[in-house]
Amino acid sequence: MATISADNHGLRLATRYAVLVLIAIVFIFPLVFMLMSSLKPDQQLLQDTASLRAFLPVGDVSLRNYTAAFDRAPVALFIFNSVLVTGVTVVLSLLVCSMAAFAFVFIGWKGRDFLLTVILATLIVPFETIAIPLLLIASKLPWIGMDGLTWGWLNSYHVQIVPFIADGLTIFLFVQYFKDLPGELIEAARVEGATWPQIYRRIVMPLAGPVLATAAILKFLAMYNQYLWPLMVVQQEGYRPVMVGLQYFFQQNVAWGEVMAYLSMITVPVLAFYLYLQRAFIASIASTGVKG
Amino acid sequence: MAAITLTGLKKSYGNAHVIKGVDIAIEDGEFCVFVGPSGCGKSTLLRMIAGLEDITDGTLDIGGRVVNDLPPKDRGVAMVFQSYAIFPHMTVRENVAFGLTIAGDDKATKDAKVAEAARILQMEHLLDRRPSQLSGGQRQRVAIGRAIVRKPQVFLFDEPLSNLDAALRMDMRMEIGKLHKALGATMVYVTHDQVEAMTLADKIVVLKDGLVQQIGSPMDLYHNPANEFVAGFLGAPSMNFLEVEVVSANGDKAVVRNAALDPVEVPVRVGSAQPGQRARLGIRPQYLAPTPDTEPGQLHGTVMLTERLGSETVVEVQLRDKTPLIAALTRDAVFALGTPVNLGFDPAMTHLFAD
Ligand SMILES: Nc1ncnc2c1ncn2[C@@H]1O[C@H](COP(=O)(O)OP(=O)(O)OP(=O)(O)O)[C@@H](O)[C@H]1O
Ligand SMILES: [Mg+2]
Repeated sequence: MATISADNHGLRLATRYAVLVLIAIVFIFPLVFMLMSSLKPDQQLLQDTASLRAFLPVGDVSLRNYTAAFDRAPVALFIFNSVLVTGVTVVLSLLVCSMAAFAFVFIGWKGRDFLLTVILATLIVPFETIAIPLLLIASKLPWIGMDGLTWGWLNSYHVQIVPFIADGLTIFLFVQYFKDLPGELIEAARVEGATWPQIYRRIVMPLAGPVLATAAILKFLAMYNQYLWPLMVVQQEGYRPVMVGLQYFFQQNVAWGEVMAYLSMITVPVLAFYLYLQRAFIASIASTGVKG
Repeated sequence: MAAITLTGLKKSYGNAHVIKGVDIAIEDGEFCVFVGPSGCGKSTLLRMIAGLEDITDGTLDIGGRVVNDLPPKDRGVAMVFQSYAIFPHMTVRENVAFGLTIAGDDKATKDAKVAEAARILQMEHLLDRRPSQLSGGQRQRVAIGRAIVRKPQVFLFDEPLSNLDAALRMDMRMEIGKLHKALGATMVYVTHDQVEAMTLADKIVVLKDGLVQQIGSPMDLYHNPANEFVAGFLGAPSMNFLEVEVVSANGDKAVVRNAALDPVEVPVRVGSAQPGQRARLGIRPQYLAPTPDTEPGQLHGTVMLTERLGSETVVEVQLRDKTPLIAALTRDAVFALGTPVNLGFDPAMTHLFAD
């Protein structure tokens, strides 16, 4: 009896791993293809796509595509711009949206249900529909920066950051998570004398690890993949992000090897961030005992 | 000094009137228990005192101040929740010290106060653990520790023992009683357990459907219940109620009878009896005893079930008119099922409700 159930268990485990490996392969092979292709000259790259060689570092392998990519475009600058814009937006967005959600869930005030409904309604509005009006507004707004007061936000970092700090999806994620926190924890803190900002900082945020990680990943990907908006508001190379930079490689005839090299390089920050968050996510679950 | 006075207190959620005008005076240092069936508004009332629920109408006075519009932190109260509400991301020490940290106490002061609270609650060895490493009873101690460490004037407890098993519940009940004596603070304690109410309270407030039924000391309520609800709620097993007919009435005495009860003269406790009227006669199970056939004023029935509890034997009797009756008899009373039995009682200990 015991052996049968042990066998059963082993079989189930094996099946589970087989499925996971299969899924992993589906996800990893495009990445492998990208990396391998970035090492090959264009002609060989196109030939190899017909066989499994596409996934192997064989033939005329070199880093020439990388040096060529650097010659063609200021790759480091684009990556810096994207990481800066994305990083600042993610941090500010988590802060602002979690505070908004905190006010919606824990503090009673007139009109909050209505306002929350309005915010959630914005989730169904595609960005494309508001892009033009947003551009008109952004082109006229004042800004106080290092050059003093200036009018119009075009060609800057902040035009890529500010419009995306507050967003309905992130607020929604926090609202859902906060609603599931035991209300008596917040009430206990209130009776113990804590103010709302203290409750936010000492009780709610330390317990929000899982939702912080989820919201951060979604926001990071959305920001890092920005294309339409920076295309509209940034004409100067100095503020250009990575996705717009891809244009440099699609002029006249496409240099596929260089495209692959460029893509490989701009993928590095995404993977690094993802691996970091995964660790933080697990650590936060382990330390608080709150399951996401 | 922290007496608590509730005057005409009301609470509504939209059209749902949950607390319908409550007047209670709790004296400084008193242990006051709110008891009542589930949904009667005990927790709501307690949370109104804590400041966690808005007051729809009426005034709430704590220590001579009207606190209706003060937030919880300015009311000088501490609260222990049914779910304990311990912060899961903090150690026991940090949990207990939370209020002090918020108040800005320095580390030395905090350590001293936490150590004192831990000593009183015998949980010194738990201070560096995380809540997930504690048993239910230990979590309860932490919650109480967090409440006493600030030395508030008023403690509020919302069914603090209901998640514990029976033995632990009794231990903690006694500890809370001792704690009250040691601290001398005003305590308001919500429970639906009438044993907790009887054993802990200086003053019991019986609530039903958002209204106060009666306020008094445990023994006062036990012996002089103001209505059938209070009479039935306090005491275990609960009071028997018999439908009787008033044969004759004479001021505060009346002779009553029914098909299973020989005519007997009893004191009229509530209302005034008129001959021919129907009334309810309440008899506590403890005041019933088997008697020989010849005595007057007896109940006649058949034994349906006996339960031996060790200290006493609880017998369920079906009376001649088919109504059930519970009697708590001495521990060595022996009855076979189906035996006819005559039960006598002291008429002075009965409660006639003739309203
Ligand atoms: N937010 C709310 N909106 C509407 N009705 C509510 C709300 N909160 C509580 N009530 C109602 O108020 C009544 C009293 O609730 P309360 O929690 O005070 O009962 P309780 O006496 O503590 O009961 P229990 O012994 O089950 O804890 C209940 O009928 C409940 O349905
Ligand atoms: Mg309750």
